[in-house]
Amino acid sequence: MNPANYLILSALLFSIGTVGVLVRRNAIVVFMSIELMLNAVNLTLVTFSRINGTLDGQIMAFFVMVVAAAEVVIGLAIILSIFRTRRSASVDDVNLLKY
Amino acid sequence: MTHATLLAAAGEITSTSTGEAAVFWILAPIAVLAAVGMVLVRSAVHCALLLVANLFCVAVFYLIQQAPFLGFVQIIVYAGAIMVLFLFVLMLVGVDSSDSLVETIRGQRLGAAIFGLGFAGLLVFPIGSAIDGGSAKGLDAANEGGNVQAIGRLLFSDYVFVFEAISALLVVAAIGTMVLGHREREGGRVSQREWMRRRFTEPGRQVTPLPGPGVFARHDSADTLGLLPGGGRASGIGGIPGVPGAADEPGAADLPGGRGAPDSPDTPGAPGAPGVSDGPGSAGPGSAGPGSAGPGGPRGSGGPDGPGTAGGGATPGAPPPPAPTDGAAADGAGGADPVDANGSALAGAGKGDDR
Repeated sequence: MNPANYLILSALLFSIGTVGVLVRRNAIVVFMSIELMLNAVNLTLVTFSRINGTLDGQIMAFFVMVVAAAEVVIGLAIILSIFRTRRSASVDDVNLLKY
Repeated sequence: MTHATLLAAAGEITSTSTGEAAVFWILAPIAVLAAVGMVLVRSAVHCALLLVANLFCVAVFYLIQQAPFLGFVQIIVYAGAIMVLFLFVLMLVGVDSSDSLVETIRGQRLGAAIFGLGFAGLLVFPIGSAIDGGSAKGLDAANEGGNVQAIGRLLFSDYVFVFEAISALLVVAAIGTMVLGHREREGGRVSQREWMRRRFTEPGRQVTPLPGPGVFARHDSADTLGLLPGGGRASGIGGIPGVPGAADEPGAADLPGGRGAPDSPDTPGAPGAPGVSDGPGSAGPGSAGPGSAGPGGPRGSGGPDGPGTAGGGATPGAPPPPAPTDGAAADGAGGADPVDANGSALAGAGKGDDR
């Protein structure tokens, strides 16, 4: 098996995550799709780290994980504070700035 | 097994052997299916569970790609901590939070699907054509003294400034979460009694937990309100969506009357709004039972204010009046009970749309 198959797999996962961000309305599910995309990128980094024979890709993946954790915490706090005022977690209901 | 044999075994597994190929071809479809299911499945909790499945598959891919540290961090941090956070917020927001079926942008789903297919094609086909003989250098040399030691050495030498910046980012994220989650308390401290009073008296509040997705109103009950086609909830126990104003008024005016009934039993019809005092009169003959779906049904629970129930209202804890056979009298007697007055408020509270 070719190690580049991992790259194809992560490309597929990234595209699925993109579609999820575009299609879903629930803000939490949108966040989960973003996590899926970040994971696909991490898989790419780890695969390239193995192909190139250096550990830099794994370090990058580690940093991506930390940033993703911080982003999830802040994003969920924002979703909760929106939910307090709007009583809804749907991204369609947060359209006040549009008009 | 000694360290050297472990390393040798690891090296043997990871050099794209048949074992790795088997693991890949078993787990890759599972990962893709879990991801697709995460996008398609309606319930957000199922989404989270499918994402966990996907994360575990990716963690196994890390493990067989000579990245054991990242693999275990993935399992502990992602599948453990972050998904627990997701589920926690999901339960806090409410499991009911299903997607609305209203399409705000016309053709968005179809457009997104076409975009996704095109994007996947653009990503996959160049990679597929760029795959050569499959000559991975492998990480055996880099992982010589152990993967964790090598990563730590790199992290604290070449990437030390990035490491510091990341730690600053974590501190900022923690403080930002506290700022976002903080809520200033207006007024004094709210007692539990006050919370319960608000819960039952404020119009437009659902007293019971929201029903799960797929639960439909099969009977008149406050916990399963009828679903409207747009995704909202029918206003009221009787399922009369058309009269929100009329449904809301008694809910607001009803309970002060109901609460006032034990305190001031001598003024039977005074506290209620005119519509409410009309209510029992019309509901008395009209509604055969308390659960009737007739237009007077939910309003008929404003019984304590009714003229025929003044006797019941005077003695809240007393047994029913001696003539309970009439439907209106039984309704009024039940309404005189403070608990049932709350029940009527529950009917009024359920009338408001909870969105």
